[in-house]
Amino acid sequence: MNISFKNFTDMTASDYAEIGLKVGLEIHQQLFTLKKLFCRCPAGQYSKLFDAEILRHMRPTLSELGEYDGTALMEFKTKKEIIYQINHESVCTYEMDDTPPFEIDQQALDIAIEIALLFKYKLVSEIHIARKQYLDGSIPTGFQRTTIVGIDGWIPYKDRKIGLIQLGLEEDACREVSDEGHLRVYRTDRLGMPLIEIVTQADMHTPQEAAEVANILRWTVRSTGKVRTGIGAARQDVNVSVDGGTRVEIKGVSRIPLLPRLIYNEARRQYSLLKIREELKRRGITEKSFQARSENVTHLLTKTSWEPLRQALERGEEIHCVNLLGYSGILSQSTQSAKVFSKEISDRVRVIACLTRIPNILTSESTEEMIDSFTWQKIRKSLRAGSRDAQVLVWGNKEDVITGVNEIIIRAKEATIGIPSETRQALEDGTNGFERILPGPDRMYPDTDLPPLEIPEKRLSKLSKNVPEPFWERYEKYRRWGVPEHLLRIIASSPRAKFFEELVDKYHIPTHQIARLIFEKTRHWERNGYPVKKLTEKFWLSMMDTLQQSITLLENIDAWIKEIMNTADFSQKKGIPPPPLKKSRPADLKMKIEKLVQDSTLTFDQTGKQHQYLMGAIMPEYRGIVPGKEVAAQVWEAIKGDSHE
Amino acid sequence: MSEQYKGYREPALSILKKHSVVVWSAVDMETSRGKFSGIILPRSETADNRHLVLKLNNGYNVGIAVNTIHSIKETGRKEAHYKIPEKEFPYDAKKPTVKLLGTGGTIASRLDYRTGAVIPAFSPGELYGSVPELADYCNLQTEKLYGVFSENMGPEQWIGTAEAIGREIRNGVHGIVIGHGTDTMHHTAAILSFMIQKSPVPIVMVGSQRSSDRPSSDAALNLIHAVKTAAESDIAETMVCMFGPTSDQYGLLHQGTRVRKMHSSYRSTFRTIGDIPLAMVDREKITPLRTNYHRRRIDREVEVNTRFEEKISIVYYYPNMQPDIIDSLTDNGYRGIVIAGTGLGHVNKPLYPSLKRACEKGIAVYMTVQTLWGYVQMYVYETGREIMELGVVPCANMLPEVAYVKLGWALGQTEDLEEVKKIMLTPIAGETTEREPYNGYLIYQGGIPEVEQFLRIIKR
Repeated sequence: MNISFKNFTDMTASDYAEIGLKVGLEIHQQLFTLKKLFCRCPAGQYSKLFDAEILRHMRPTLSELGEYDGTALMEFKTKKEIIYQINHESVCTYEMDDTPPFEIDQQALDIAIEIALLFKYKLVSEIHIARKQYLDGSIPTGFQRTTIVGIDGWIPYKDRKIGLIQLGLEEDACREVSDEGHLRVYRTDRLGMPLIEIVTQADMHTPQEAAEVANILRWTVRSTGKVRTGIGAARQDVNVSVDGGTRVEIKGVSRIPLLPRLIYNEARRQYSLLKIREELKRRGITEKSFQARSENVTHLLTKTSWEPLRQALERGEEIHCVNLLGYSGILSQSTQSAKVFSKEISDRVRVIACLTRIPNILTSESTEEMIDSFTWQKIRKSLRAGSRDAQVLVWGNKEDVITGVNEIIIRAKEATIGIPSETRQALEDGTNGFERILPGPDRMYPDTDLPPLEIPEKRLSKLSKNVPEPFWERYEKYRRWGVPEHLLRIIASSPRAKFFEELVDKYHIPTHQIARLIFEKTRHWERNGYPVKKLTEKFWLSMMDTLQQSITLLENIDAWIKEIMNTADFSQKKGIPPPPLKKSRPADLKMKIEKLVQDSTLTFDQTGKQHQYLMGAIMPEYRGIVPGKEVAAQVWEAIKGDSHE
Repeated sequence: MSEQYKGYREPALSILKKHSVVVWSAVDMETSRGKFSGIILPRSETADNRHLVLKLNNGYNVGIAVNTIHSIKETGRKEAHYKIPEKEFPYDAKKPTVKLLGTGGTIASRLDYRTGAVIPAFSPGELYGSVPELADYCNLQTEKLYGVFSENMGPEQWIGTAEAIGREIRNGVHGIVIGHGTDTMHHTAAILSFMIQKSPVPIVMVGSQRSSDRPSSDAALNLIHAVKTAAESDIAETMVCMFGPTSDQYGLLHQGTRVRKMHSSYRSTFRTIGDIPLAMVDREKITPLRTNYHRRRIDREVEVNTRFEEKISIVYYYPNMQPDIIDSLTDNGYRGIVIAGTGLGHVNKPLYPSLKRACEKGIAVYMTVQTLWGYVQMYVYETGREIMELGVVPCANMLPEVAYVKLGWALGQTEDLEEVKKIMLTPIAGETTEREPYNGYLIYQGGIPEVEQFLRIIKR
């Protein structure tokens, strides 16, 4: 057999329709609050430095049916030691599960409610805190405190509505530092940060649609000006299924542009796994008739020259082989771009058996000859394997190798059933890897530490006054107003949009000019190192007053505002300073800067910081004489020259 | 309150009745805030009377204000019944027998996932279902004596527990474990140290600071440590076995008369005061830290003496305390008072006449220190000498709570105050010690470089 699937770039909407692609999103967005959600630690204080370590284990609790649920059992099988790195500034005893929660942060709740109103969610009258179990250790309690603020919201998209199932307010988890063998290390600085989770219906039908909807959601929440931005402040999970497939959750997509390829690969993986099941069925292999045998084959490989095995033997590990009856050709079937089915097995062995040194398995279908064919023959003979079978070698210490063998058999057998319910991890190359078995619904239960909290009408009506016009409505409105196309998105998602509208309303200055000044020029100046913080709303109001009286001033506005930023401390009383006068510039500027750079004895770990420092030292002398941009460029040059020596 | 409307009061109750729905009804609800679907759950008795609790299909619970409800339509019933899975506890003739006596607390439990109610797991089968490691150490028997929160433990339960322990020792068990809420575990540990003397086997009290329905719970590990201690250790003392550090590393065995709960929520809340713990325990080994303890014996001899006088009190002194505090105890027929005094054992002058009166009326008055660490020393200052002259007896380095239960026990033995004094001042189970080791008082302070160094990297 050979499963064929089009390349990412060749796929069309009708190709996706044919396989029945359905995509849903979960958008996680940190809120801009002073404190964390359930304790009074400062929010957003991130540092890799830590002052202490704490060690914990996670133990599964019994589920409703008296069984441990799939995830729980898996995490327990892995028997991980979990180390938390703690910084005194950002973490208290609450995050470490040594103190019960404090009342929910009211600022965070207010923001969550405002965003819920923005997306037209139906708001609950009383919030109840729930515990959502996470046994991977990413939260020291073993569960995330989370609550629902509203249900059934929506956004318009193309000619339809995209349903938003719920809006949750929850605490953020730890960042993983490392996960090797039986030891997982987490950094706790982000733990407990307030986060909203927006969950959509599986209403998107192509990878591109998913990315577009993700963007609308992101821009809309940003338009409130009350969410955090920057790396890690917003993260996406994406749920993907195809016809006959399973809803698979891909976790932790850090950037929206990565979404389409991830979705493509997951669709491809599900399609391929279904084809594999079909093929196995054709061969007469079903869940019931599935057969596998395993054996310790260490003695057959004592003379191997393949490095991974040789090192394993040096560590005194065992090598086992699993024979999968009738699986010939299956393990090398393509499942994602540049990935084959045996990767599914390798992932499971890595996560569940803690055999994290890669490669951790070797299959008889490997395209390169790692072990000579004579040795393979001996192994096959020992396992009484036939030509229609496939073999998988796995190595590790006594206990882990047994877990590994079992996991190989479990995953291979699951191929006869279809697509396992898993959460998968987004990888940078657009493919995904196994993360954990999808938790069952039993993992939600009420938090008995905190009472319910009423959200009265009074609070809602007060908060509804802060809710901005929805992004998509502003977007269309600005287009009608003649705002340049490339600024529509920027203004509509900006917390300054309201101010912009105020200016447009008040002044007879062309809308596109106002838009350019406030959003395009300002951003440009900022990038060039100008102190745009000085351009307050008061400043703009005065500036617009001045411009309205003498519109020709717009011609020189760039130089003028730069001048103002460089020289004056603007205050409304004094009014706008006059347009700049020409002053003569020093001839030896370049030399002076170079000398200063060379004389500087301070060292910096980032050139950006060095640049900032030098600008601070140089600018007072040249402000108003030489444009800051020019000085900045010269300083860059001098720094670079310096570092080349 | 009917189970059908569990926890609901007016006006919410009438709304349920009006729409013919009950707890566990699956419903569609029209409200002024929109449509909500889910299952009606019982409401907490302490929550307000204006909301219904709905479990949504996504697993979350939310509250719906009854004054927003336009209509409720029942679409079904989804009542759930919960049961702890039982697996037969394996029997191994080569392993020692340990008896687990339950007094309450949630050392092992599971959660009713819909309501959040904690269901205790207690039978050997239930415990084996949730902590199978226990079978590595012993054959386990269990008996539920009480089901009370630890703040409701009192003389009746102390006596009952002591008698049950005596009975089990004579029956031949190799060790006793007592499951107990943590709040007053040290009171119970202290009184059992007096009521049960010369035990041939370990008596180990255990509890949890994070209930066992949480994945990060300390319950399972504490239970494993306690059972291992009861089954294998040679320390035949009444002990408390709880987390040493906050990390999942090892437990500490604290002598019952020297231990105290020192933090309202930390895992490592129990500390030995004024001495060092008896031993460290982990899954593999028990490492004694002291040598002066009673060793395990093979005989079945044990002294159980449960006589106890309940009319005793503990008075935590504070500046400006008025004499009526003492007078009210005297006038209400109390027979013993333990004072937790300031510093070396002091109270203010206005109390003197009342204390004198109490002593003259035949009330046994004893002095301990609220600093917890250190000895009462009433000779150093004149005030101390004056207080002693009133008839107040210093209790050396006995912890206030320990002095409290010991005084009750001593007064239970005799009415002769001289005899009571003799009992109080003669150590029975390490409640007073002749010397305080230099490392018996260690409260490390964060920020100091060497302490920070100690905290920084955990031993792997």
